[in-house]
Amino acid sequence: MPESHIASFGRFRRSHEFWLLIVILGLCASLGFANAQFLTMQNLFDLLTSYAFVGILALGLLVVLIAGGIDISFTATASVAQYVTLSLANAYGANWIGVFAIAIGIGGALGALNAIFIQKLRIPSIIVSVATLNIFYGLLIFFTGGKYIYSLPDWFATGIFWFEFEWGKDSSYGVNLQILALALAFLVTWLLLNRTNIGRQIYAMGGNTDAAQRLGFHVFGLNILVYCYMGVMAGIASLIQAQLAQSVAPTVLVGKELDVVAAVVLGGASLMGGVGSVFGTFLGLTLLAVLQNGIILLGVSSYWSPFFVGLVILISVSATAWSQRERRSQSASR
Amino acid sequence: MSNVPALSLRRRIVGLAGSGTVATLILLLFALWVVFAIAIGDRFFSVNTLQSMAFQMPELGILSLAMMLALLSGGLNLSIIATANLSGLTIAFLLTRYIPESQGLAWVGIQVFAIAAGFAVAALVGLLNGFVIAYLGVSPILATLGTMTLCKGLAIGLSRGNVISGFPEPIVFIGNGTVFGVPFALIVLAFCALPVALMLNATPFGAKVYMIGSNEKATRYSGINTRAVLLKLYVFSSLLAGVAAVVMLARFNSANAAYGESYLLVTILAAVLGGIDPFGGFGKVGGLLLALIILQVISSAFNLLNLSQFLTLAIWGGILIAVAAVPNFAGKAPR
Repeated sequence: MPESHIASFGRFRRSHEFWLLIVILGLCASLGFANAQFLTMQNLFDLLTSYAFVGILALGLLVVLIAGGIDISFTATASVAQYVTLSLANAYGANWIGVFAIAIGIGGALGALNAIFIQKLRIPSIIVSVATLNIFYGLLIFFTGGKYIYSLPDWFATGIFWFEFEWGKDSSYGVNLQILALALAFLVTWLLLNRTNIGRQIYAMGGNTDAAQRLGFHVFGLNILVYCYMGVMAGIASLIQAQLAQSVAPTVLVGKELDVVAAVVLGGASLMGGVGSVFGTFLGLTLLAVLQNGIILLGVSSYWSPFFVGLVILISVSATAWSQRERRSQSASR
Repeated sequence: MSNVPALSLRRRIVGLAGSGTVATLILLLFALWVVFAIAIGDRFFSVNTLQSMAFQMPELGILSLAMMLALLSGGLNLSIIATANLSGLTIAFLLTRYIPESQGLAWVGIQVFAIAAGFAVAALVGLLNGFVIAYLGVSPILATLGTMTLCKGLAIGLSRGNVISGFPEPIVFIGNGTVFGVPFALIVLAFCALPVALMLNATPFGAKVYMIGSNEKATRYSGINTRAVLLKLYVFSSLLAGVAAVVMLARFNSANAAYGESYLLVTILAAVLGGIDPFGGFGKVGGLLLALIILQVISSAFNLLNLSQFLTLAIWGGILIAVAAVPNFAGKAPR
């Protein structure tokens, strides 16, 4: 039906995602033009690998934001899951299924704890997650002394390399652990939000919690699910990060919360709840990744790269807000 | 059953203090004082301990005030630490560049000028935040995330990540000197807290800030220029970060692009513990100061007990949840 296609394209053209896509395409085109290295398979695979950690966390946070909450304790959750899982694997031995099961279990349990504090004690999620960030992280460093773990199980350190293929003369590519986990996280989150009844309920609850409660939604159960999902994503992200870094460093993850928040909110998710999409998060993440990567490839001194990243974030959020403001003042009086 | 008398005591203090959170905090502070007095003994009340507490509190205190202003309007200012570091580096650069070759009146003048330049940088960042938030309509978290990255980037780019150190005596005094035994930095905190409290409680501007925090749309429709108020508010918030910059660089006798980054979430923790509503509209300077004292007492006591500073972090988090949960158990309706 072409007419409905035109209508839906019209809707897309006015959306936040459309503007983001334009910015990203413009950026990619100019970077590709400026540096031949940028648009290569090598660079694409490197980018996917290095941004998988932030990406998986961003998908978890997206679900929390849509549900009308916020969680910034996920870096501490990830640090705890990473440390405990790989300590156990070192001490007792484990396999892939084992380590992921432990990490997911720890992440899910800490996420559930957040949800219980939020729902049973009726404390706003921002307060709870600022508190639990300090609790999880403080206790982790207190009990471990902040010691790094450098020796990981051999099979874990080796990682995986699937679907290997040749491209060009002497380079071969494959799906590594990071890319596989990132792709699965995108798929599962998209299915959860767009193809399940629970996903619709999460959107509805984030849009108006009171209304959802009166309609008979199981708000407590939904919240447990949402914060557990965030925790599970933190558990998975922590393992692939340890695999990439080839070590467990309990102090390096905490402090990166805002990178993840930036990716999700740049992607159009609202802190008010009920709004956000997997595609938007993908674009927000892509914008940050392309930007940071592009600045390095352009040969800008690494001292100056945060400055340009900040500049582009500020310009892109300002332009988006401005365009939406213009439209609102055109369509109706505010 | 055992907590029934405590609750009625709390209610009596609520009557005296006029606010539920403040009463809870006073009780908590008293309880902590008793516990630590028993656990530590006389050392906890020594002049040295009190003085070291008073030296450590001002930085976090002034930064928390900066965060509080943004929170009251229903916003957030994630750029305070980056702003403080950028203006600190500006001051440090001017001092180390011009002080060694000057004396007499010029020596004094340069110090005043350097601090003024630092405040000017902070004010510029505040104007940028305020403009983007109030006039372009960007959500405060995104806007200040952007300026945070921008300021930090500028600070790293200009300083190439280096530390600038070695300042003249009067500047070092701000962070390390005492007046009649009271650390000068604490006096600076008082001189920040008092005007902010007056501004919020005794001026039309303050009333407008609380109104915007409660309901921005209704405030706009009632004829208040919410944009101008927000712009001013973010400039004030930034200027407080500028004051924190001076205290910080004076205390460390150095400036760097990455000092105090772990303070960012702690300022939110302190503000929320002090009864500032993270969604805006409610909260007093007095509550924030009480919260800061509580955090400092725990930190200093743990230090005296030789417990890890990370355990302090965990306890801070636990206290925040406990205090935030009190209204529900005291039978008041949750917000």
